[in-house]
Amino acid sequence: MPDTKNMTVDLQEDVLDVSLETKSMRLNMGPSHPASHGTVRFNIELDGEVIRSLDVEIGFLHRGFEKSCENSTWTQCLPYTDRLNYVSAMCNNFGFLTAVEKLAGIEIPERAKYIRTIGAELHRICDHLTCVGAMAMELGGFTPFLYAVEARDMLWDRVAELTGARLTTTYGRIGGVNRDLPEGWVQKMKDTLARVAELREDINTLLTHNRIFLERTKGTGKMSAEMAINHGFTGPVLRASGVDYDVRKAHPYWVYDRVEFEVPLGTEGDNYDRYAVRMEEMRQSERIILQCFEQMEPGPILIDDWRYVLPPKNEVYSTIEGVIGHFKHVMEGIKIPAGTVYSYTESPNGELGWYLVSDGSGRPYKVHCRAPGIQLLGGLEDMVVGSLLPDLIPTFDLINMIGGEVEQ
Amino acid sequence: MSSNFGMVTTRRDEAQGFLERLVSRGLGWARKNSLFTYPFATACCGMEYMSVAGSRYDIARFGAEFPRFSPRQADLLLVVGTINLKQAPILKRVYDQMAEPKWVMAFGVCASSGGFYDNYAVLQGIDRIIPVDVYVPGCPPRPEQVLDGLILLQEKIAAQSHPLIDRTPPPPEAIAAVQSQQLAGGRK
Amino acid sequence: MSEAAVRRLQDRFGEKILRAFSEHGNDVVVVAREDLLEVARFCHDDEELDLKLPTTLTCVDYIDEKPRFELVYVLYSVRKKHRLQIRVRVEEGDPEVPSLTPIYRGLDYWERYCWDMYGIRFTGRTKPLKRLWMWEGFDGHPLRKDFPLRGRTGQIPELDIKDIYRGPGPGPGSEPARRAATPRPSQLPIVK
Repeated sequence: MPDTKNMTVDLQEDVLDVSLETKSMRLNMGPSHPASHGTVRFNIELDGEVIRSLDVEIGFLHRGFEKSCENSTWTQCLPYTDRLNYVSAMCNNFGFLTAVEKLAGIEIPERAKYIRTIGAELHRICDHLTCVGAMAMELGGFTPFLYAVEARDMLWDRVAELTGARLTTTYGRIGGVNRDLPEGWVQKMKDTLARVAELREDINTLLTHNRIFLERTKGTGKMSAEMAINHGFTGPVLRASGVDYDVRKAHPYWVYDRVEFEVPLGTEGDNYDRYAVRMEEMRQSERIILQCFEQMEPGPILIDDWRYVLPPKNEVYSTIEGVIGHFKHVMEGIKIPAGTVYSYTESPNGELGWYLVSDGSGRPYKVHCRAPGIQLLGGLEDMVVGSLLPDLIPTFDLINMIGGEVEQ
Repeated sequence: MSSNFGMVTTRRDEAQGFLERLVSRGLGWARKNSLFTYPFATACCGMEYMSVAGSRYDIARFGAEFPRFSPRQADLLLVVGTINLKQAPILKRVYDQMAEPKWVMAFGVCASSGGFYDNYAVLQGIDRIIPVDVYVPGCPPRPEQVLDGLILLQEKIAAQSHPLIDRTPPPPEAIAAVQSQQLAGGRK
Repeated sequence: MSEAAVRRLQDRFGEKILRAFSEHGNDVVVVAREDLLEVARFCHDDEELDLKLPTTLTCVDYIDEKPRFELVYVLYSVRKKHRLQIRVRVEEGDPEVPSLTPIYRGLDYWERYCWDMYGIRFTGRTKPLKRLWMWEGFDGHPLRKDFPLRGRTGQIPELDIKDIYRGPGPGPGSEPARRAATPRPSQLPIVK
């Protein structure tokens, strides 16, 4: 007699256990999308909600930065550099100018170094505020975004008093900065920083121990230290993976060796660590600015060499050398000696490198910007493959890919 | 009143009766005070758009609070930032998908005329591919400028004629496209 | 980078290091295209050099020199805190270079940038070589010196609005204007 008991058990398991045939789905999160911070197109291959592969297509903001710079004089390149990482424009400006000054072999005055440090740290706070605010908004919390925008608006008021523009400042010239600090600005800045600190602590209260935020960001978007280095990550994302590399500490420039600050490090390399590193960096930037205010001395802000700097106006109107110098600067551009240089500063996203080639004329031969966002974007696939689709959102926001610098 | 101001900017095809004018003014008032924006944000001007939508320079007090990220649900296309030649077909597609009545505001100088990016990659102004109602120049424009542009657009909307039923026939290409889709069984 | 480290490279590779110098604080090593993969692998695996972080890869178009293109790789070591530039010259007629993506994953996008903007092919990549910034059907390599600054070829028809001449741009008779000599077809079928 056949073993019906066993047969029945097998049949039941087979019937219940029929596996569904699934196909993977191609999803196009297109260039204009509410949850993508910038114009990128993601071609995602999904298996259910799990990401199998991610292909990032960029190029929707390519504005021909390098070619425009090759056809402009050195000073005319400055507005183009503003619009690379447009949330922290002063960092780009000063990075570019540092590279040109290295090529020319000139050393800027002390006060200019302090002002550059203050400007860079100010825009670093703005960048981190924007990143954290936008990320919170895309995870569903609109309030931190509004706090961040209010804090940023206040900081931009101070930046506008210093440079003339809120966002794309074009501050700084070869040989220093073009404007000194306005009267009363230091006191206003201290009040603003106090208020920004209050708002930042409000955002901290709302997010750091928030159950939903922790669920979305802890454990998502992990990247180990060796993979991060192999991809070429730099900046807060690399530090969140535990690697202690900050250009301000490793190769100090301007006045970073004279001010005291700490570099926060993460442990896990996930999104929560990146968020925490950015919040802590904001606190450290505030510390740096206050120390700079204490240490600054009055002095010149531009070097006195007329080969690189426009002559003062009273000389231009009264002496022949002044007129000729001014004319040559404006028509032909500043003559930087021929050579190549790779110079690097710490921008809020990572190491901003500049590779400049000069042929001795008034126009650059090649201006290459090593945008930190490009490496971060290249590593995005390794960070999200295998996890759910909603994990892509905080990961993509916290690497802070700014379209302007990735697509130049 | 704004309709006296707007005579030079619009043309009236046929004369309107009293009731039609009343309806047109009512609809104009309703539409201008409840604009659903589609912020097509690409570049640096996006930061200023965030400021405009923030709490200090409130765009919500003009009724344009909610960004609708679907072109079918939006009536104001805010083109924020540089549009380059790779993005241009996408912008045109988004504009074509919007339903009438729709307006376009070119936010920033890159959208108005290409900005200072006169090179191989950038579209020299979105008015080369879509019709624009208000240009807000600036690199980036201050939020007060943007709100000024929005008020100008609101006056333009109030001055337009808003019929209750839109009797203009659809363009022949659209009819042909729908027919070919029906012939193909709805599948491409 | 210390002298000892550069000397270590020269001891290991001898003749293959064509030149080694230091300029404006950067240490530069010039190699030939065939030896590039070997040198890069040594830089990555060696304990003394420990150059594990690929910073960037860029290309410079020296249109008046032969060979025309120069690739510049910048590598960094997080532990030793030193940097090295490796430069390779590539001919115009034969722009093929072995890819370093099997060693350094971070150079993937930069190699696509060199292909898109300069037309340099990389062989042996882990991922396909696609354009990075321009669209796939684009004709030409924009950052070459003979590609005109305003050589726009659009994808969709545009209105022809007559603009006044604008800058910034090369004035007549200047170096960039002399280089960008070849005219290219202007915008697509114009919608009148």
